[in-house]
Amino acid sequence: MPAVSMTVNGKAVTADIDPRTLLVQFLREHLRLTGTHVGCDTSQCGACVVHVDGTGIKSCTILALTADGADVLTIEGLATNGQLHPMQEAFREHHGLQCGFCTPGMIMAAVDMVNRKGHDLDEHTIREELEGNLCRCTGYHNIVKAIAAGARAMAKGPGAAHQADKAAE
Amino acid sequence: MSATGVGAPVRRKEDQRFITGKGHYTDDINRPGQTHASFIRSPHAHARIKCIDAKAASAMPGVVAVLTGAELAGDKIGNLICGWMIHSKDGSPMKMAAHPALAHGKACHVGDPVAVVIAETLAQAKDAAEKVGVDYDVLPAVVDPGKAQAQGAPQIHELAPKNTIYQWHLGDAKATEAGFASAKHVTKLDFVNNRLVPNAIEPRAAIGEYDSGMESFVLWNTTQNPHVARLVIAAFVGMAPEHKLRVIAPDVGGGFGSKIFIYPEEVVALWASRRVGRPVKWVAERSESFLSDAHGRDHVTHAEMAFDADGKTVGLRVRTIANLGAYMSTFSSSIPTYLYATLLSGQYDIPSIYCEVDAVYTNTVPVDAYRGAGRPEATFVVERLIEVGAREMGIDPADMRRRNFIKKFPHQTPVIMTYDAGDYHASLKKALEIADYKGFGKRKRESGRHGKLRGIGLSSYIEACGIAPSQAVGSLGAGVGLWESAEVRVNPTGSVEILTGCHSHGQGHETTFAQLVSERLGIPIENVSVVHGDTDKVQFGMGTYGSRSGAVGMSAIVKALDKVEAKAKKVAAHLLEAAEGDIVFKDGKFMVAGTDKSAAWGDVALNAYIAHKFSGQELEPGLKQGAFSDPTNFTSPAGCHVCEVEVDPDTGRTEIVGWTAIDDFGLVINPMIVEGQVHGGIAQGVGQALLEGARYDEDGQLVTGSFMDYSMPRADNLPSFSVGMTVTRCPSNPLGIKGCGEAGAIAAPAAVINAITDAIGSEAVPMPATSAAVWMALEKVGKARATAA
Repeated sequence: MPAVSMTVNGKAVTADIDPRTLLVQFLREHLRLTGTHVGCDTSQCGACVVHVDGTGIKSCTILALTADGADVLTIEGLATNGQLHPMQEAFREHHGLQCGFCTPGMIMAAVDMVNRKGHDLDEHTIREELEGNLCRCTGYHNIVKAIAAGARAMAKGPGAAHQADKAAE
Repeated sequence: MSATGVGAPVRRKEDQRFITGKGHYTDDINRPGQTHASFIRSPHAHARIKCIDAKAASAMPGVVAVLTGAELAGDKIGNLICGWMIHSKDGSPMKMAAHPALAHGKACHVGDPVAVVIAETLAQAKDAAEKVGVDYDVLPAVVDPGKAQAQGAPQIHELAPKNTIYQWHLGDAKATEAGFASAKHVTKLDFVNNRLVPNAIEPRAAIGEYDSGMESFVLWNTTQNPHVARLVIAAFVGMAPEHKLRVIAPDVGGGFGSKIFIYPEEVVALWASRRVGRPVKWVAERSESFLSDAHGRDHVTHAEMAFDADGKTVGLRVRTIANLGAYMSTFSSSIPTYLYATLLSGQYDIPSIYCEVDAVYTNTVPVDAYRGAGRPEATFVVERLIEVGAREMGIDPADMRRRNFIKKFPHQTPVIMTYDAGDYHASLKKALEIADYKGFGKRKRESGRHGKLRGIGLSSYIEACGIAPSQAVGSLGAGVGLWESAEVRVNPTGSVEILTGCHSHGQGHETTFAQLVSERLGIPIENVSVVHGDTDKVQFGMGTYGSRSGAVGMSAIVKALDKVEAKAKKVAAHLLEAAEGDIVFKDGKFMVAGTDKSAAWGDVALNAYIAHKFSGQELEPGLKQGAFSDPTNFTSPAGCHVCEVEVDPDTGRTEIVGWTAIDDFGLVINPMIVEGQVHGGIAQGVGQALLEGARYDEDGQLVTGSFMDYSMPRADNLPSFSVGMTVTRCPSNPLGIKGCGEAGAIAAPAAVINAITDAIGSEAVPMPATSAAVWMALEKVGKARATAA
């Protein structure tokens, strides 16, 4: 079995794996990082979104071996020093989740969206950019609100989501 | 109202784990020595299983066992059942065919499991599953409910001639006929209520674990009702005695009805774990979910509404064929009957109603409750008829509704239900104001100027929730009672655990239930935790569906809290050396009336357990009380949704440009959570109206078998919603709650179709109203604009 090495949430990891192991399987089964979810088998739902070298990708669609040497960030690595990431805070503050299953992928996709599109996201942009993530619970209404607020808060750094919301009220 | 009490939009306690990736869903759980299951499913809709050759698969690396239906039968594992008895018009019982967990002899739909491979790893199980040879004798199939009863249609189950499960009716045929005879106008519609795939984003999963030393089982399962799963698997499937089976429903990623039912895979996981002596884990792939999760809706209906000269309804008659699929799922029989025809009165005073329903088998995935379950179908019938009736009679649709609204409560409908409270004028009025109904004409002209057709549609829906009084459902054929249980455990330090038989899979019970308890006991919400989803912890419960957790589940908590308070007062009386009758409990304090003597909640809790201040003969130590609460009636949430659309006559594409929802849910505990439920419900209703539809080809292949083919609502298919409320409290439970979980899905389809048909001036728009379907409807009325070459 070939060896794979990568950095996951800032930690170097190495393992011998079956070459057909998908990145999501590697994260969930080898590293027991079960926050990244699998909701479909056609790369449609986005529950598995993680960041690879700073870009949001669907971890069900690449082999772990493809990510050899990469820097991977999962939902478990998003909070820093026990402080929630502004996007995590925004999802809670705006009730952007119900059953929680699509949430890790939504939050990782949202952070990626901000990284690509900036901090001032209008509703139309957010809805278009969420094309790759399915949620069956929320009707997206509060996810859209959460992402707009989280994007603004990210401009101010960790812990800023709540203050940004207060300011917006 | 306190910051965390009843009525406050408290941020959810459960969110911390979900936003940090620390939820515990079934697939996140792994057991020592665990094996993995991969099912071999029938590729044919209808086929005899001639033989299964497992030899090659058994020799594959890592394979522990290959098991088939013959072995299941040999181990005397019982069939899955439908737990609601429906009798036909002629008095005969419904025709429930055998539903083994692994098909034996015959497969009846594509996806019917016929064998399972158990292996060391999932990859090995899947590899081996491909080597299992199944020799089928393919039989003709029937998938269309409208053709299932035809002469010469393929016969699916011997006990059900013409594939007919029951021929049921409700209401007074003669009185209805008389109403029609007196009518000035009759509106007639034919429609198909499209078949839907629930598609909770978490696929179903199960881990079965047998302990040979204890001769007991544990099942981790994606279920909305773990106790009901245990009861059925124990009492009917006969896997284990009830006290030897523990069912755990950990975090569950959405249900929408599809996780109520008892499915073959969980039975097989348990059975296989005993066979192989190791835990067995199965997680559905999405393509398996499409082929094995119970689908929803799938009605073919002809309906007629009769009106007098003033547009007052004088009768309604409905004839529906309901497709229940290849087998009768757990509650399937009740959906097109007592959860459908009983709601056909809508919000209207209709003197007579008659409804006939034939339920049929077809070679398709079983059909059962999906968000709303029967009530969206009923609302669609009523709200389309009233809208079209108004258009045909030249009456404003809002005014047509006003003319027919029920105004006095309680109101006995001709179809069993007694509505206990409501104000339908109020919700309509508020909805029309917020939607700016008056300004619609101006907006329509504006749309016209840039080449779009604009339409507006109303849906004044009603539902029956909080299901339900046990005696009532028992008299209608239910095999279970639909009460709920709660236990309030006060710890010596004063913190509280609430054990509930409800199950939260997105509804936020950990927050809402804690709000109720925190306010009642005057303790911080952080000091309250909610325990659910484990048959070893919670004694019994009926689970969460039918918008029942607030109305029924919280009523049980209130009852248990009453008992806790009564007991705590006795303890406080001893502690404060006062008469029990003089103790007053308020804001977390026990006070002696007319004095300044008081004891804090925590002091009383501690004294209940140390029991130093009273004799154990006089008063039992401890502070823990349980209650079972059975409601006195169904609840009747109702409201009005207004949908506004723009249709592009070039492409037929519909864009929802406005949505107003005014709902009456009675008392609301957490408005943030309730609004979230409304949003999600609307999205599913819009999905049904515009996007979603399970399609089978004539051979019974599900051609919409993945997210590539089945169109789920995405963020860019939906608008933001304007959601508001009116309140009439429900008199049938102590809190006045009506329930909110299904409203959106019930109201939305009719609102959307009413809006599109208004826009294009044709009633012939099917669901889903895809661009192609709307364009074809436009073309028929000569409004389709040819696209520039």
